Amino acid sequence: MTETLLDVQGLKTCFYTEDGVVPAVDGVSFHINRGETLGMVGESGCGKSVTSLSIMRLIPWPPGRIVEGKVWFEGQDILAKSEPEMRKIRGNEISMIFQEPMTSLNPVYTVGDQIAEAIQLHQGLGRREAARKTVDMLRLVGIPLPERRAHEYPHQLSGGMRQRVMIAMALSCNPKLLIADEPSTALDVTIQAQILELMKRLKRELGMAILLITHDLGVIAEMAQRVVVMYAGRIVEEADVISLFRRPLHPYTDGLLHSIPRIDAKKGRLHVIEGVVPNPLNLPPGCRFHPRCPYAAEVCRKEEPPLEEAGPGRRVSCWRRAERLEVA
Amino acid sequence: MAQGNGGTLVEVRNLKKYFPVTGGVFSRVVGHVKAVDGVSFSIRRGETLGLVGESGCGKTTTGRVILRLLEATAGEVLFEGRNVFKLNKEELRRLRRKMQIIFQDPYASLNPRMPVGDIIGEPLEIHGVARGAEKEKRVKQLLEVVGLSPFHARRYPHEFSGGQRQRIGVARALALNPELIVCDEPVSALDVSIQSQVINLLEDLQKEYRLTYLFIAHDLSVVKHISDRVGVMYLGKVVELAPEEELFRSPLHPYTQALLSAIPVPNPEVRRERIVLEGDVPSPLNPPPGCRFHTRCRLAEERCRLEEPVFTDRGGEHFVACHLGAAH
Repeated sequence: MTETLLDVQGLKTCFYTEDGVVPAVDGVSFHINRGETLGMVGESGCGKSVTSLSIMRLIPWPPGRIVEGKVWFEGQDILAKSEPEMRKIRGNEISMIFQEPMTSLNPVYTVGDQIAEAIQLHQGLGRREAARKTVDMLRLVGIPLPERRAHEYPHQLSGGMRQRVMIAMALSCNPKLLIADEPSTALDVTIQAQILELMKRLKRELGMAILLITHDLGVIAEMAQRVVVMYAGRIVEEADVISLFRRPLHPYTDGLLHSIPRIDAKKGRLHVIEGVVPNPLNLPPGCRFHPRCPYAAEVCRKEEPPLEEAGPGRRVSCWRRAERLEVA
Repeated sequence: MAQGNGGTLVEVRNLKKYFPVTGGVFSRVVGHVKAVDGVSFSIRRGETLGLVGESGCGKTTTGRVILRLLEATAGEVLFEGRNVFKLNKEELRRLRRKMQIIFQDPYASLNPRMPVGDIIGEPLEIHGVARGAEKEKRVKQLLEVVGLSPFHARRYPHEFSGGQRQRIGVARALALNPELIVCDEPVSALDVSIQSQVINLLEDLQKEYRLTYLFIAHDLSVVKHISDRVGVMYLGKVVELAPEEELFRSPLHPYTQALLSAIPVPNPEVRRERIVLEGDVPSPLNPPPGCRFHTRCRLAEERCRLEEPVFTDRGGEHFVACHLGAAH
């Protein structure tokens, strides 16, 4: 039943800048099963967006390049594909939506034309067919009066409507995997709720898998079945969503979960993760989290912990896991 | 969370701010954006009043009009009993010492060409409080108060992370020993782990210096955490205002109810009933007649379309503007 759709192994993507080589994604491995939502959390600069762009082979060279690793999609190595082959996969098999719908839409074409273009290009439909499908897609994502809206330009739509258009475009070719990079972050909370409900409904109806990238743990808790947590270019923890929120194993995950103010909790001083995210040009030796970790020991400063099995479906990269469990 | 000790510091009465909209060849005024349209509330000495609402609801404009960074269209603001709008230039300048602001974007609100020491010391000089060695001493002291080091005074804003820059903004706001600080989305641009550091700092400073905060934010979890009382704005009006616990436990306005239910809760094991609002916020250029929320309200009746509800106390300082609530 659980069949692997996407399998990322040892992915490493570097950016070659004037100041040096930045390993934005540094040996990341994870998989996504057919029809499931995998949440990817982390703070800015942790490498979550670069991971998704690497999967789509959209890393601009220069300055960026995938230097190591394999990305298997339905058993095929995406990184070995030619650019024309890749173009068939993008949009058709794997689609992507971004945080800022205004910058991802072309301001001088109507939204209908933009969606129709994608449909014509990827599915080889005629103009009239594509126009009909466009209206169907706009209706599917809950845009009122889709026939009329198709003739409007992006600036005539609100932020929430634009994000719906992006989703309509992304889903127009029935992709098997949708990569959603902070899809609701730029939106107001009531509009965010609309978009999250829409994504849940579409996933139910269309059965695609979703890679959901966000920094919002609330969105993760609501949408994802499994979660990977990223820190400074690495995955530090992986778990099913319930286990992760019940008992986070990595001190970073634990710190994150405790540092957010919660609507469902009592007041009191907020937990703080001391310090700041390390400079990727000058990563600390050993465990990358050790300068901010309250449990750091000698070994953490010297050697980098491997990402190890920690129960069914769980992985964590922490030397102090056993000791921390005893305390807990 | 310092509790207000009764005395009123700021009294806002029927505040209005309209922005003219021009059009046509002669740039004639063709309409007004009613950003703030008849808002009344008070802020008690030592308390934190939270102001929440979605983009375009007028919360930021309200904060700026109170500080007279924008001139009001109508209404009055009393600061320690004196009408802020009636002050002459010199009186206003003196009052400005007592009212400061912290902005959302720590990247845009600090002059990139000034060393941090000058940024923080500038208000001291402008208001003739301190100069020379005395100023430097005070700057160093302020840097320590916000958790930075005295040697940071020589550095430039780009050398700091987002969280540190926000601390610089806080230090500058504190320089003149103000009574009121308007915090306009002070943590929205920060990463989760950095957010909690800044929130804790703001709370510590409030206790130590008996500060009063008007805390403007769209993130309800943050507002709930820091506020003693919370006001909810929609389309230029405050629709509900109550002590924090009361508001989050038993919201009376259908908009507040929807807003609260829309927040994704970071707990995957809780499934809540969500009220998803249909449509978008109407244009403030031409707000709907009657109750402004009636176009999206699931409980709207005939009366709501015709008559504007009055903002009334339903007991226990729980104010709401809704025709329906009274019957519930």
